[in-house]
Amino acid sequence: MSEAVALSRIPLDDYTALLGPAEIEELRALAKPLRGRSIEMINSTAVGGGVAEILNRLVPLAEELELNIKWDVMSGGEDFFDVTKGFHNALHGAPYHTSAKDFEIFLAYNEHNRATLPLDAEFVVVHDPQPCALIDGRPPGANHWVWRCHIDLSHPNRAVWDFLEPFVSRYDGAMFSSPEFSRQLPIPQYLFYPAIDPLSEKNCELEPEFIAQVLARYRIDPQRAILTQISRFDRLKDPVGVIRAYRIVKRYFDCQLVLAGGSASDDPEGAIVLKEVLREAGHDPDIRAIELPAWAPLEVNALQRASTIVIQKSLREGFGLTVSEALWKKKPVVASAVGGIPIQIIHRHTGLLAHSVEGTAYQIRYLLSHPEIAAKLGEHGHQHVKENFLITQKLKRYLTLFLTVARKP
Amino acid sequence: MKTAETPFEFVTVSYLTRIGNQSAGTLAELLTGLEQCSDASIFYHTYQTLGSHHFLTEGFSNDFAQWVLADANRNDLAEQLAALDIRDYVSIAALRSDLCRVVGDYCEAHRQFAGQSALERFYFCESVEVTVPLGRSARTLDEFRDGIQHLSHAGFYFHFISSRLRLQLKTNDFSHWLADSLGLRTLADSVNKIDIYTNTLDSTRTKLVRLIDRERRKA
Repeated sequence: MSEAVALSRIPLDDYTALLGPAEIEELRALAKPLRGRSIEMINSTAVGGGVAEILNRLVPLAEELELNIKWDVMSGGEDFFDVTKGFHNALHGAPYHTSAKDFEIFLAYNEHNRATLPLDAEFVVVHDPQPCALIDGRPPGANHWVWRCHIDLSHPNRAVWDFLEPFVSRYDGAMFSSPEFSRQLPIPQYLFYPAIDPLSEKNCELEPEFIAQVLARYRIDPQRAILTQISRFDRLKDPVGVIRAYRIVKRYFDCQLVLAGGSASDDPEGAIVLKEVLREAGHDPDIRAIELPAWAPLEVNALQRASTIVIQKSLREGFGLTVSEALWKKKPVVASAVGGIPIQIIHRHTGLLAHSVEGTAYQIRYLLSHPEIAAKLGEHGHQHVKENFLITQKLKRYLTLFLTVARKP
Repeated sequence: MKTAETPFEFVTVSYLTRIGNQSAGTLAELLTGLEQCSDASIFYHTYQTLGSHHFLTEGFSNDFAQWVLADANRNDLAEQLAALDIRDYVSIAALRSDLCRVVGDYCEAHRQFAGQSALERFYFCESVEVTVPLGRSARTLDEFRDGIQHLSHAGFYFHFISSRLRLQLKTNDFSHWLADSLGLRTLADSVNKIDIYTNTLDSTRTKLVRLIDRERRKA
């Protein structure tokens, strides 16, 4: 099954220019005791979504370190993915009416995959709830199974969590993106940050001419301050609150506001929120609400790089990797202290946190008044991402995890 | 050039962060957490955080001080916590005792703030350490200099910062070896005086190499 997945191969040595040879040598040293040992990554989709995006990059890098790694994707019908989509929303705290039939469908597909997937590696990493019942197929012997949860379990639907917890509790460990997202479990829980790839189209260096073209396409003036929030049009990202903060800033500073996010055309709620945004923006010629295509990494990259300040004024957030993307580009960031954002924004060191529209406006004004402080926050933010939120750090964390679980009796 | 009988073996370290079962939403709860958390947790929030945030050289000292400043909004207590210098400690027990004393005294003197809710909760985590040899060693000052130049941030941190707890001495691996194996006590003292709070790991390394070069010119 792993053969079917088209992997994105970037040689490890390509990261040397960004990180230095010592950091790459360290990865090789950590991988040495694991050479040839088998690892199986299992998730539920080969394309689309953050997990597939990360595995697509991570697996080839691990192969380059001579680990015997494979990536398997579980199979499931439409009925299975309807159920797991419902579970996903329920685990995030959304209302969900559970039925015995849902649980039967979930278990049946997991049982089917137990029969078809190898599940014979020394280290098995199961991603997210969809395949978590595969633990029933764990063969006897010296193997280590860990569960990587990419979602926020802080306020889960009780019935869905009560159903999943007995499976999760049988793993050797669970990994969460933030301590806040974890649950009380009888197994060790580890902190595993999501990561960005500095060499991906969304984060790589861009030619100034390309950035200028993107700004021209969206009629953004490069000579004036640009405040940007990159996020889909979702009420939890509070785009209307961003406009209100911009209005306060605008009383004192000449600036433009860019709200750019994925297309709302296939998302009924997104289309409603976009209308609300346009209504709030009124006829202000300095507000640009941009509907980007679903996959527009270079445009996102260009807009972030052109920004004077990047905003992430979410009301609720997962980890919020757009913050790391902006910090990697040395941008000063003003963001809400929600979800995984405070892990990325160390207040007054790598950015500024805010808790309200007025607070957001104040922090933006402060940075516009003190460009030298804005530059320093951006520089420190870049270092913070380099030390903690790059894909190479994620690979290092996995190596450390495997070495740790392997030494346990 | 003197050759040491015992070589300096360069290693590197990687940490896994384990999420603990405790969290704090007030200063009083922070004190309870400090009293009850594991040694690995105190290490994580003081020693390890200094290494992972080495690039912050203006006012970042440890996670407890940062939380008290940014989330509990008690600048005076944050300042006291930030002033605790890990170089003064050779045991986690002693460091924990001082952290508890500082927070306990503050809660006692400012009871109105002890139960006040912070903006965000503090989550106690702990370090799980894995070390691996880099396969490089040094017997002379030249080889030692070369090894230091090739160390990753984590390796440098391991030998220069976290080594104090391992050695149970107020020194670091580099100074210890320079003094004990090469007899270079003055150099060892100078290296030990490089301020890790006001330098990044890179600038610390630059200063260390400069001190070594000065010593080599004497030879």
